[in-house]
Amino acid sequence: MTKVYVPRDMAALAVGAKRVLAAVEKEAAARGETIQIIRNGSRGLLWLEPLVEVETPEGRIGYGNVKPSDVPSLFDAGFLKGGAHPLSIGKVEEHPYWAKQTRVTFERVGIIDPVNLDDYVAHGGGQGLAKAFEIGPAKVIEEVTKSGLRGRGGAGFPAGIKWKTVADAPADRRYVVTNADEGDSGTFADRMVMEGDPFVLIEGMTICGYAIGASKGFIYLRAEYPQCAEVLTEALEAARKGGWLGPNVRGSGFAFDIELRIGAGAYVCGEETSLLESLEGHRGIVRAKPPLPAHVGFMGRPTVVNNVLTLATAPAILAKGGEYYASFGVGRSRGTMPLQIAGNVKFGGLYETPFGLTLGEIVNDIGGGTLTGRPVRAVQCGGPLGAYVPPSLFDTPFDYEAFQKHDSLIGHGGLVVFDDTVDMLQMARFGMEFCAIESCGKCTPCRIGSTRGVETIDKIVEGVDVEANIELLSDLCNTMKFGSLCALGGFAPYPVESALRHYPEDFRKATLPAAAE
Amino acid sequence: MSGAVPWNEARAQEIIDAHLGLEGPALPILHAIQEEFGYVPEAVVPQMAQSLNISRAEMHGVVTFYHDFRHAPAGRHVLKLCRAESCQSMGSEKIAKDFLERIKLEWGGTANDGSLTVEAVYCLGLCAHSPGALYDGEPIGRVDAEILDELASEAQKS
Ligand SMILES: Cc1cc2nc3c(=O)[nH]c(=O)nc-3n(C[C@H](O)[C@H](O)[C@H](O)COP(=O)(O)O)c2cc1C
Ligand code: SF4
Ligand code: FES
Repeated sequence: MTKVYVPRDMAALAVGAKRVLAAVEKEAAARGETIQIIRNGSRGLLWLEPLVEVETPEGRIGYGNVKPSDVPSLFDAGFLKGGAHPLSIGKVEEHPYWAKQTRVTFERVGIIDPVNLDDYVAHGGGQGLAKAFEIGPAKVIEEVTKSGLRGRGGAGFPAGIKWKTVADAPADRRYVVTNADEGDSGTFADRMVMEGDPFVLIEGMTICGYAIGASKGFIYLRAEYPQCAEVLTEALEAARKGGWLGPNVRGSGFAFDIELRIGAGAYVCGEETSLLESLEGHRGIVRAKPPLPAHVGFMGRPTVVNNVLTLATAPAILAKGGEYYASFGVGRSRGTMPLQIAGNVKFGGLYETPFGLTLGEIVNDIGGGTLTGRPVRAVQCGGPLGAYVPPSLFDTPFDYEAFQKHDSLIGHGGLVVFDDTVDMLQMARFGMEFCAIESCGKCTPCRIGSTRGVETIDKIVEGVDVEANIELLSDLCNTMKFGSLCALGGFAPYPVESALRHYPEDFRKATLPAAAE
Repeated sequence: MSGAVPWNEARAQEIIDAHLGLEGPALPILHAIQEEFGYVPEAVVPQMAQSLNISRAEMHGVVTFYHDFRHAPAGRHVLKLCRAESCQSMGSEKIAKDFLERIKLEWGGTANDGSLTVEAVYCLGLCAHSPGALYDGEPIGRVDAEILDELASEAQKS
């Protein structure tokens, strides 16, 4: 039976995958063709979604940007045998956007049936966990440390050290919590893993639980991802049925289970202590550190809070060895990074590659420049708390330290491209406004400072005492940076200051002679 | 949207009780309450406070902290439009502003005929297809004026 792949990834659904699926089913029935439809995740070539693939003896042939109305002509062209058609992109694995990637965390995403355990195992799933059981908890932590894997949620803290801290903390119970709050604009890698290969996260959490001596894990998923919740629920069910979760994981004697929790629309709940408060059922107010969650976390117990990508990378590290993973990357940025290329860009998608490509290569060579065809003016890296980077800095290599050097962040690996029509004063205003909307309210610099920041920018927009207000804004940024308890207030100045630094002309428009009017 | 049912204290208690075995059950209960009744009625606050053994003030604090919990029923359909940076880079602000003007609504408002509520969200993970939206939970990419007008008239008819 011919296998036809129609993604159930949220982004594919957003551009019509469901209607394409219905059209394919209907057309196949009308023509008496028996096909097996697999609802895979996305390959990450998001500009080609819906990307329908057909399995042929030569490999999987892809058809991109399929609309329901294209389906009859696809059948006419013999697409079930990989026939030629204007929408054909040939063998998906030979497509340059795919072929040039180094996929470790995403090795199965888009390829397998996300909720089929047999398919997972057939594509190498489970080897990491088997290895973990073989070498024991202490050696697992050693491998993860050796891999150089740093937290992919933003701060880049070494995963191995966090795991060891929790393992060493005396306690009657410990927890693993997956931070699946993915609130940054321009990011979707967590979602894609969870929708395209949920078992890899389940396996990663189980490895972590085993290493630190936890029997319970939580996935804290943002409410904005309903399709993702569906896939995770199915996968957790299948994992329990298949003996991958429960009192005796894979016959090892190790007991572990995972509960899915849904957030309720608060960006700050991505901050790990606020997340724990929310998980416990409180307002998502940030806790002062210390104590670290590694010592006093969920319900006062030592807790690993890791990002989805961090945990989903653990199985590959165990299966292939810490050194293998560490062999990729530059400097202290080891391994691969799932880049999320978004915004006004021609080839938006997910691109996993070792650290070290320059920003220009990512935006222009991989992303293909802007979708509107106009010049790139700014790229916001690292979400709403990240800096705006101008093309003059495009030779910066993508690694944690190189970005830090000019006051910007990699964060979760999201890159949002803007063309030359962007108004950087408005973007700076939005940065402050976002902080004001999402502030948890615990500390004054963030709660009040962001509101004052919006007011001050509004005065600059109106052309009132521009230079004095720019100075006031800089002052405010400084206070927020050094007086805020968490990175929401502490990093909100980054987009604002970078806009001021790189695009000063946008802040002084109102004072220029109104020549354009 | 889901066929929300009218407020019923006994039913609410059933929902609360069903979740009491969880570690930190407050958010799961609130989600289930909103799923059932379409919003989180004020009356559920003291009820939950009692069951969870916390003060009413604390319970009230939890309900009001989160953007997603409604204090009044929404329209029959809910459209969430993304206002975050990636969508802005593709002109979402103007598209949304024009649309809201056409249907005479403000952010968070519900149409007079109760057909549609329009809310702001900040990133849906659809940023490679910005602007993004969710209509009754269904994702939509590359949102434009035409798509929005179609949704609004579809909402009126059902
Ligand atoms: C305001 C704010 C929002 C955050 N949002 C997220 C998020 O959505 N996902 C995430 O993994 N980390 C987020 N973080 C970082 C977490 O606090 C934490 O560092 C991370 O989950 C640790 O996991 P990692 O070590 O695997 O990166 C956020 C931090 C702040 C200050
Ligand atoms: S910086 Fe803002 S979000 Fe962070 S703790 Fe302070 S008030 Fe809360
Ligand atoms: S910024 Fe709008 S979907 Fe991500």
